[in-house]
This record gives sequence, C-alpha cells and structure tokens, in this order.
Amino acid sequence: MRRRVRPGIALVTLVLGGCSIQNYQSIYGNAAAEAQQFNALFIIFLVICAIMYVLVIGFLIAGIVRRSRAEPANVVEDGRHHETNPLLRPGLIGWGALIGTGLVALAIASFFADRSMANAAAHEKLAIDITANQWWWDVTYNSADVSKSLRTANELHLPVGVPVRIRLHSNDVIHSFWVPSLAGKQDLIPGRDNDITIMPTKVGIYRGQCAEFCGTQHAKMALVVNVDSYGDFIKWWRHQLQDAPTPTTPLAMSGYQYVTTHQCSLCHNIAGTPASATVGPDLTHLASRRSIAAGALPMSKGNLYGWVEDPQSIKPGAKMPTIGLEPKELHAVVAYLETLK
Amino acid sequence: MTDAVRRSNALKSRRAAEAERRDIEEDDKRLAAERKKIARDGPKLTGAKLEARLLRTWQRPPGIIGWLATVDHKEIGRRYIITALSFLALAGVLALLMRTQLARPDNNMIGASRYNELFTMHGSTMMFLFAVPVMEGVGVFIIPLMLGTRSTAFPRLNAFSYFMYLFGGLLLWGAFALNIGPDIGWFAYTPLSGPQFSPGKRADIWAQMITFTEVAAISAAIVIVATILKARAPGMTLARMPLFAWTMLVVGIMVMLAMPAVALASSMLISDRLVGTHFYNAYEHGDALLWQHLFWFFGHPEVYIIFLPATGFMSTMVETFSRRPIFAYPIVVLALISTGILAFGLWVHHMFATGLPRVGYSFYTAASMTVAIPTGLQIFCWLATMWDGRPRFQVPMLYVVAFIVTFVIGGLSGVIIASVPLDLQLHDTYFIVAHFHYVLIGGAVFPLLGVLTFWYPKMTGRMMDEALGKISFWMVFLGFQLAFFPMHFSGLLGMPRRVYTYPAGLGLELPNLLSSIGAFVVGAAVLLFVINGIKSLYIGALAPDDPWGGSTLEWATSSPPPPYNFAHVPVVESKTPMWDQQGEMPVITGLRVDEKETLLTTVVAAAPDLREPVPEPSLWPFIAAIAIGVVFITSIFSPWSLTIGLVPCAIALTAWFWPKEIKRNPEPVIT
Repeated sequence: MRRRVRPGIALVTLVLGGCSIQNYQSIYGNAAAEAQQFNALFIIFLVICAIMYVLVIGFLIAGIVRRSRAEPANVVEDGRHHETNPLLRPGLIGWGALIGTGLVALAIASFFADRSMANAAAHEKLAIDITANQWWWDVTYNSADVSKSLRTANELHLPVGVPVRIRLHSNDVIHSFWVPSLAGKQDLIPGRDNDITIMPTKVGIYRGQCAEFCGTQHAKMALVVNVDSYGDFIKWWRHQLQDAPTPTTPLAMSGYQYVTTHQCSLCHNIAGTPASATVGPDLTHLASRRSIAAGALPMSKGNLYGWVEDPQSIKPGAKMPTIGLEPKELHAVVAYLETLK
Repeated sequence: MTDAVRRSNALKSRRAAEAERRDIEEDDKRLAAERKKIARDGPKLTGAKLEARLLRTWQRPPGIIGWLATVDHKEIGRRYIITALSFLALAGVLALLMRTQLARPDNNMIGASRYNELFTMHGSTMMFLFAVPVMEGVGVFIIPLMLGTRSTAFPRLNAFSYFMYLFGGLLLWGAFALNIGPDIGWFAYTPLSGPQFSPGKRADIWAQMITFTEVAAISAAIVIVATILKARAPGMTLARMPLFAWTMLVVGIMVMLAMPAVALASSMLISDRLVGTHFYNAYEHGDALLWQHLFWFFGHPEVYIIFLPATGFMSTMVETFSRRPIFAYPIVVLALISTGILAFGLWVHHMFATGLPRVGYSFYTAASMTVAIPTGLQIFCWLATMWDGRPRFQVPMLYVVAFIVTFVIGGLSGVIIASVPLDLQLHDTYFIVAHFHYVLIGGAVFPLLGVLTFWYPKMTGRMMDEALGKISFWMVFLGFQLAFFPMHFSGLLGMPRRVYTYPAGLGLELPNLLSSIGAFVVGAAVLLFVINGIKSLYIGALAPDDPWGGSTLEWATSSPPPPYNFAHVPVVESKTPMWDQQGEMPVITGLRVDEKETLLTTVVAAAPDLREPVPEPSLWPFIAAIAIGVVFITSIFSPWSLTIGLVPCAIALTAWFWPKEIKRNPEPVIT
C-alpha cells in the first residue's frame, strides 16, 4: 500500500504545484499508519473529483464552441426559445445519477477509512497525556510504575511501530494537536477529554503545530516529534527520568543559584532542584530538546541568550516576562541551562 | 319580563337594524361618488399625465430629511450596495496587509496581536458587513422591479434595516480605528472570547456588531420574503417567478431561521462577559463546545445565504446572455429549496476535530456530500442552457464562465473535506482557506461583479465601460487563481490558518509568495472595477430601458426606474414576460394616484387580492435605529442601559407605528 501511494502523491504534487516535498511538517509525510490512510483516501477523492471537474469544463467548452453553429438555435431571436434539445433531459438524469454514484462511492470509502482508524485506537500500547497551555505543550508519559512516569514539554518522543494513545487536555482555551506527517488533528478543549491514536511507521523528526486559533501566539505554538526506534525510545525515557545534573563550572553554578532562587523557579520545574513549579514548561532536560519556546526557535546557545534575555521580542504576548537580567546573570543562566542535557 | 316589553324590544331592534341598513346604503352611495373623484390609473389617466401625477405622489421630500426618511426600495438598495462595497474595499485592504506580512517567512512587519485583529476584522467584515448585506441590498433593489410592483412590503422596516446595518458597521470599524477592534477571529470561539481570556471590550464590540447585523438582516429578510409572497405582478404564479426571486425567497426564510441561533449565542456570550453567567465556562458546568454548535448552526447556513443569491444572479445572467429560458426550471427551484434545507443539517462538519462521537460524524459527512447533488444539477442546468442557446460573451457572461471554472473547484474540495478522515488533516489549514475563497469569491463575488455590471444601467441609467470591464475581469479572475490556488499546497504542506508568520524551511515560501502577488492583482482589479463604476456614473453611455435584451420585468421600466417603478402594474403570462409578451404588455389598472398605493396578489396564483396603501416617508425608522443602537452599544459597558435605554426605543417605535387616521370604510377588494 505504502509503496503504491507515495509515488502517486509525489506526482500529484509535482504536476500541480511544483512544490518541493518537505516531510518535516507536511501531510505528504506519511510517517504513520493514520497519515498513510489519509493519503490513500485523498488520492481516491482527488481522482473522482478531477473526473467530475473535467466533465463540467468539457460541457462548458462544448457550449462555448457550439454557439457559432450555422443552424437556428433555441433562442429568442429565432423564436424557438421554448424548445429544448431532446438530449438534455436524459443528460440531466445521467448527470444526477453520476454525481449520486460518485458521492456514494466516496462516502463509503471515507466511512471505512474512518472505521479502520477508529479501530486502531483499541490497540494502544502506550498512553501519553498532553495538556495545552497558551502557548506551549505540557507532556506527561504515564507508566504503571508511578516512579517511571515522566513530565516534559514541547517535545514528543514516540517509538516506531507502537500504537500510542495520546490523551488531550487544555488548561485554558481550545487548542488543536496536529502533527501532519503522522495524523490528523484533534482538539484540546477545556473541560473535555479527547484522545488520538497514532502508530508511527517511519523513524524521523517531525514538526507539529497548534491548529486552532488560541490567542496572540497561536502561530508560535509548535512541538517537535521524534519517532525513534524502540531501543532509542527506551534509552531516551530512562535518560529523561534522571534528575538534572549538578553543574560543574563556577559560571553554571551561579546560574543554578539564580534560576533556583529568582523568578525562574516561580514557574518552572527542574527535577532534583528546588525549582518545582508547574506553571511553565518543565526544564529538567531542556538542552536535550531540539527547540525552545514551543518551537519558536531552534535550540542553540545564541537562541537561549535571546530567549532568556527578551522573550517578548521573540514571542510577543508569551506568558514568560522579560526580566531584565544583568549581563553577568544572563551568562550564568544560559551556561546553567546548557548543562540540562 | 312581560310580552309587551318583549314585543317593544323586538320592534326597537328591528328599527335599529333598519336605520343601520339605511346608513350603510348612504355610505355606499357617498363612497361610490368619492371613488369617482379619486384619481386612479386607467384608460382615462395614462401616459405623461399619469406619470407626472404618480411622480408627485411617490417622490420623496427633498433635502437631508427626505434622504433620511425615504422608504424607496431603490434608494435603500443602492445605499446597501454602496455601503457593502465600501466594506468590501476596507476588508480587502486588510487582506492585502495580511498577504504582505505572509509574503515571506518570519516576517516582522505586522505583530502577532495586530495580525489577529486584521484577520478578525477581515472575516467579520466580509461575512457580516459585505456578503450578506450586499446580497440583501441587490435583492431589495431589484426584487420589486422584477416582480412588477411599486414598492416593497414594509418599506419603513426596510429603511430601519439599512440604518441598523450601517450603525453595526460603524461600530466595528470605529472600534478598530480606536484600537479596540476585536481580535478573537470572526468565529469568536469560547473560552478564548470569554471574560477570562479576552479582558477588555474587544470581544463585546464583536458580539454587538453581530447583534446589529442580525437585526438588519432579519428585517431585510422579512421585507424581501413578504414582498415576494404578496407583491408579485398579477399572473406571476410561483411557477412563473424569476429564479432570482426564488433564491431570495429561500434565502430570506433561511435568514429568519439561522440568525436567531447566533443571536442567542452572542447574547449568551455577552451575558457571560457582562454579568458573569457561565454558559460557556467549562469549569462552572457550562460548555465551551456549546458556542460552536450554536455558532455553526448559524454559520453554515450563512454560507448558503451568501451563495444562493449568487446562484440567482447566475440564472438571471445565463438566461439573458444565452438568449433562452433556463433549462429545467423546476429542477433549479427544487435544487434551491433542498440546498436551503440541507444547509441546516451540516454544521457539525466544522467540528470534526472536537471529539464528538465518531459514528455521528458519518451522518454529517453524508449530509455535507449530499449538497453536491442539488448544486451539481443547477450547474448542469446553466451549462445546458448555454449549450442549447447562443451565448453572448459580454462582461456579465464572462463572470458566469469564471464562476463555473472557479466555484466547481471549491465545490469539489468541499466534497473532499466533507470526509472525516480527510478533514482531520485539512481542517484549519490553508487548504480550507483556499476552499472557502473558491466557494465564496468564485461562487458569490464573481457573480456579484457580473450582476453589478448587468444591473448597473438599471441602477444608474448608464452603461459601464465594456473594455475596462473586460480588463478588470481578466485581472480579477487570473489574480484570484494565482492568489488562492497555491493555498491548497500551503495547507497540504502543513500551514495552519490564522498564523501571523511561519518558519522558513517548511516549503511554504513559494506558495505564500505567489498568493501575495495574486492578492495584489485582485486588489488592483477591484480598484479598476470601482474606477469603472465611478467613471461610468458620469460619462458612461446612456442606457436604454433594456440594454441586454433581458427576460424579466425590471427591463420593462425606464433606466433608472421612476420612484413609482411602473406607470401601470404589468400582468404576467409567462416565466420570461419580456420575451413572450413583446409589443403591448398587458396591465392592470385602478390604483390610486393621489396616494401611494400598491397591488397585493395571492401567494400562490398571484391573483389580484388587495390594494394596499404604502407608508409615507418617515424619520421614525432612523430615530428608532439610533435609539436601539445606543442600547446595543452602551450595554457593552453597563447592564443598566438595557432598562434605561429601552425607554427611547419604546417611544421611537410607538411613534413609528402610530396608526394613521382610520377610515370607516376599508378599500374594497378587487374581485
């Protein structure tokens, strides 16, 4: 199935748009069973719709060409405007039947695709909770052994080939969880519990983004999804369970001092330190992530400087205030954050 | 009681009856004499003499008072159209600003909150202040002419409706100019629009703008529906009614059924915000999703409220320029009605990602796809009419072709997103933005531009410039495709809607740049269209009564029509009276010329029913609109305005409805 679909999609894209295919955040990503089902169904719809479109345009062109015919037409000027070409009645009936048949076919295809996606949800092996906040993602990995449960933010790691059930909650307004390369979207609604089941089939890094308008920084509420091999996934989980390492350099040490005793610790949690608030994203393994500020910037030393110094210029409206750190403090904080591998 | 008394009572009552009978007879004689004195149109009063007297009766008073007081549907319709086009221009400028911001990735030209205001204003203005009002405006202008009547029903309500609409628009744009414009999206989802996440007055202004436009739209719908049902020319049975009148009848009924849902929703939102109710507060036993149900129960029919009048434009233009009546008229009418009904069963397809029960979704998939059947049949009927006739490609007809080419793409992408699994990916992406602009611009704005060109001579007495019209047509058509076709790909490449910027490296640069270039081409084309409209107003060729060889009654009167529309009320014997009743149009006579009077007919058969006096111009609708507007606006700030502010409203409405002096004998029925 997969092998057949992918060239088809590529062809459609290249022929129609000439756009380059990017798997990072694209519906063509095909990196999970759900996305593959989408693409197969999409092709069926595109083909049937294209046929209908060609028929309509063909009839339109026929009408335009036919106007220059020589014989008298059924028009006012020829006094025959109440006559109708006998072909048109059966044509209308045929056209109605054709639309009806096409729609029934599409509705059935759509129904079965939907059923099979819903059935997949019954086989989940791993449950993750995602809670959306203005404008970041709070992620909790659940384990039967509570000591093995794990909290992180703005980054998701999924094992390839394992159906994962993601339960979706919201702390404030309505958001929508969407990783196009993997699956369709599902809303996170305050007061309601939604879920979505995804079975990734391709190791890789994908980007997802909030898809329901959720306020000022809706545009910069993204997350990175790492689909790992099962071994890598377990390794990642074990690593994430560890407390934050104790800083070794004096600079990082003074950063640790600042972070745990000043404003930062009012919102953020760093496991193994006095900073244990849950208002903002968990920072325990911040430096191991690929992005900062919910996908607003790629992770790098320079970007950390920029973000800590003045979050409001990078993501205006974000809940993290511009504190106005002294240069000395800024150097120390960034040096400490970089140790949070 | 004795027998004698009883007998005398019987005698008395007999005498009383006798006296009464004598009274009535005398009255009848007096009335008959008076009726001879009352001037009525007829064989003895016709031609220039009649027209002069009708003009004196129907002309509105001069000056600013007369302007505010007028109840002439043509003036109100023109105002509606011009105001709506002004809002189109404003919202179009916002679109250009947004496209400039999105032309390249990580652009910093417009900030996040300003951008959110821009798309909120763009969507709200286009939906509430342009699309619905412009369709109703065209309806208010042309329907009475098409139906061969002198006035709309409830002409004062019509005037009131325009002022409410104008004030709602001024409220929204005034707030935007003062930097308190809404920033919650045109859909204002709770809880984002609720008191906790939208402090300040931005969301209230949005909600009250909705209230204004609801009142205006419902009033105009009542006017249009009543006019269509009761004021058609004699002989114009429902089965002979022009298709545009059919669409406006269906749309008027839809407005009356759909708008109350959003009125309820926005009133509940305002009370959540103003007096602390918890309708939408999930943490106090309210429900955030309730808003979406109520909003889309209105919001989906809203799309058809915009689209169906455009199908009426299509039928009118296809018929005229193909030179033959629309093929399969009953099918087109049934398609309209079934679309109107189906429109109310689709709203959940806006909510496929909200996690409602999955099997229930299948019903809405099927219902959404079903709409393709009536729409597809209508398209077949238009194409069949063109194929069977001999189409002339003047500017309006070009827009007909543009409709087919463009709208069908939007319709088919609509079938795609009706499917739940597909919609879960495509929902809230630029694919949807492409889809509904194909449907709304291709399906409604193109026919509108065509029909404005088509009815321009009837509105102004002059023709629009054909060459300029063709240039702006090609620019708007090609610019549109350039702007919106790439958006399908932006969506497939993962670009969500309502984002003020997007990162580089996702493949979104090229489609967005193309969209931005296309948007500016469309902007230039619309500007050219407006220039053409203004230029032709002054130096356009003078229009004859019937410049296009039309089939319906609006072409039977002069361009522009006199205030009384028709010197004599025409009598209709076919669907295309101007084509089948060439030469002498039969007329019905006997309407007063000394007072404004119009002929009402029966609902189905359009047999003459009543002579109805038409209200005189009045300032009260304007004053009532101001009084109600003050209540709406001040209620944003204090709930007390509802109690105090309703007093002036009551005064204004009482004065408005103050009955005229009642004549003892009603006008006789024509049999």
